[in-house]
Amino acid sequence: MTRNIIFAGVGGQGILSIATIIGDAATRTGINLKQAEVHGMSQRGGDVQSNMRLSTEKIWSDLIPEGEADIIISMEPMEAMRYLPFLEKEGWIITSTDTFRNIPTYPEDEAVLDELHKIKNLVALPIENIAKENSMPKCANVILLGMASKYISIISRDELRQSIINVFERKGESIVEMNLKAFDLGVELAQ
Amino acid sequence: MKDKLLLLGDEAIALGAINAGLSGVYAYPGTPSTEITEFIQSNSLAKQRGIHSRWCTNEKTAMEAALGMSFAGKRALVCMKHVGMNVAADAFINSAVTGVNGGLVVVAADDPSMHSSQNEQDSRFYGKFAMIPIFEPSSQQEAYDMMKKAFSMSEEIKLPVLLRIVTRLAHSRADVTISEPIAENNINLDVNRSEWVLLPVNAKRQYNKLVDKQALLINNSEKSDFNNFNIADCKKRYKRGIIACGIGYNYVMESMQNVEEKIPLIKVSQYPLPVQMIEKLSEVCEEIIIVEDGQPFVEEQVKAIAPDNVKVSGRLTGALPRVGELNPDFVRKGLGYEVTEGFAKSNIVMPRPPALCMGCGHRDVYNALKTIVAEYKDAKVFGDIGCYTLGALPPFTAIDSCVDMGASITMAKGAADAGVFPAIAVIGDSTFTHSGMTGLLDAVNENANITVIISDNLTTAMTGGQDSAGTNKFEAICLGLGVEREHLHVVVPLPKNMEEIDRILRQEIEYKGVSVIIPRRECVQTLNRKLRKQKAEKQ
Repeated sequence: MTRNIIFAGVGGQGILSIATIIGDAATRTGINLKQAEVHGMSQRGGDVQSNMRLSTEKIWSDLIPEGEADIIISMEPMEAMRYLPFLEKEGWIITSTDTFRNIPTYPEDEAVLDELHKIKNLVALPIENIAKENSMPKCANVILLGMASKYISIISRDELRQSIINVFERKGESIVEMNLKAFDLGVELAQ
Repeated sequence: MKDKLLLLGDEAIALGAINAGLSGVYAYPGTPSTEITEFIQSNSLAKQRGIHSRWCTNEKTAMEAALGMSFAGKRALVCMKHVGMNVAADAFINSAVTGVNGGLVVVAADDPSMHSSQNEQDSRFYGKFAMIPIFEPSSQQEAYDMMKKAFSMSEEIKLPVLLRIVTRLAHSRADVTISEPIAENNINLDVNRSEWVLLPVNAKRQYNKLVDKQALLINNSEKSDFNNFNIADCKKRYKRGIIACGIGYNYVMESMQNVEEKIPLIKVSQYPLPVQMIEKLSEVCEEIIIVEDGQPFVEEQVKAIAPDNVKVSGRLTGALPRVGELNPDFVRKGLGYEVTEGFAKSNIVMPRPPALCMGCGHRDVYNALKTIVAEYKDAKVFGDIGCYTLGALPPFTAIDSCVDMGASITMAKGAADAGVFPAIAVIGDSTFTHSGMTGLLDAVNENANITVIISDNLTTAMTGGQDSAGTNKFEAICLGLGVEREHLHVVVPLPKNMEEIDRILRQEIEYKGVSVIIPRRECVQTLNRKLRKQKAEKQ
């Protein structure tokens, strides 16, 4: 079994932290993984993406071929659509609907969301707001991970929860608890 | 049980080097090579062993210091981005003529597709130019394993070894199986002085030795564990064969996963090219396709090795794109296989280029410059390499050039020599100590009519906030180089100080000679990181 995931967002949104959590789970459970990231200039408010490949078989390419991503997980709706040519015809988009407007050419919010909702296999929620309403404003990315967990499938939810504990452990118990709560909330919202 | 770790390619190289008995890493930060040195700086065994890992002022000082450590018998590593090789080239090429004592490995991280660079130069040419072995890992595991081999080979053949990687390997993670660390070398000063003093009489002898070693290097490549020749049946004739280099090998294997066709394949991860292997391949194939990331380095050489009736294709013939990094789709197409169709591109998606951070001091510098340049219609602003290069983009569109580290000052001087007025240079603190100081001395010696802005944010920001070699020394450096005290100003780039900055800029542009203005304010990224750390420590 192979799962190809594209993570997308804008520099500073915490999209790569989700990749770290999945990476920890894959390594612990003996699933092969390759994950290509972007460092350097793209961190400065530009678009950020990462290709993650998870497999029970040997993985060759670090990059996902076009049309072979099973999931796009995105912190921003326009960024989710940037990678559409990579999405498999039956693939899923799991994304926040909160737009991040830091360029003058950014389209109207409504136009972006209309375009997004043309995608058949879509889980899209205003995660930033949900995170704020639930008093966990810094956990929007982990809510997103919870929403995507069903589609990641090659790694179980329990293993992902364990990895949240591993990754946030050094930040203290309350941070771990809050992130677990965020994850469970994401799972629930995506049902 | 052997440990498995999830590592970036850069981290695999770093840990591989530490476990291969490294005594010092010498480097200047540069994407995509920075994480190698950062990993060594934070590694516990490296700390325990006291492995040298402090940043150097530029790639040339790094290369020379590493050569000094090798002279003393210890294992040294030099890391840089591809364009850093141009800076280190003098020392690098000559280190092949002196030869080495302790193992010396040079890592050049190339950036095909120019994700964060000015060109696509392929460092394998430097390895060939210097006539030394080149390793090019295809995976993170191979990168790790290669370090031990590279150091031991360097000591056996008494030459530096070049390890060439590309962005996609440097910045991609995979599981790596870790071996036990070995001990560092002891100091060993049993060196032959005549090998190290490159007077013509010695250099001629050393250069002949280097030329004589070439057959041995090729032989090493033929039997290297990192190169292999996969042939289904050596009696058969094949329509085509493949030579896949470095990570190109992965894209070939990816493409051939569900394919019936049997194709003889050479994997190349060690150079000089294994000539006999390639001759054997050309005996059984009508066509050889070269899959290499970067410039057509192997393609050109194989053309000379293969007989005329064997077609050689690759980036030069259009089988693969001439520019840009490889990817699985290019390679599939290049091999004539079908690519998978995804969704159509969405027209609503707009480019989102990087920008200067909100609250960044460079922003205030450019705002001030904008006001001043509007007053002088012939003003030209010569930029340099760093975050502030982003001043080229809207809303600032404030610079007229950006070429290489340090070129702002020297180009401004040349333009001023030609009669451009005002000629303004904008350079960052780390770039100034890297390669700007010598140019400033040229300008001072001729009293060139230029205004130099050293935008000092107390760090090497673009690569993530590494220490900057000149911090707290800039006024002293400028005065030492001969800048007049009354034409050296330090300002704090904040909106509330704009009037003062504008006034000083006007005044110094009108001064017929060299002036230096240092807007100084800490990078907001490093500042925020520091504040967060302080907050965490208090809790």
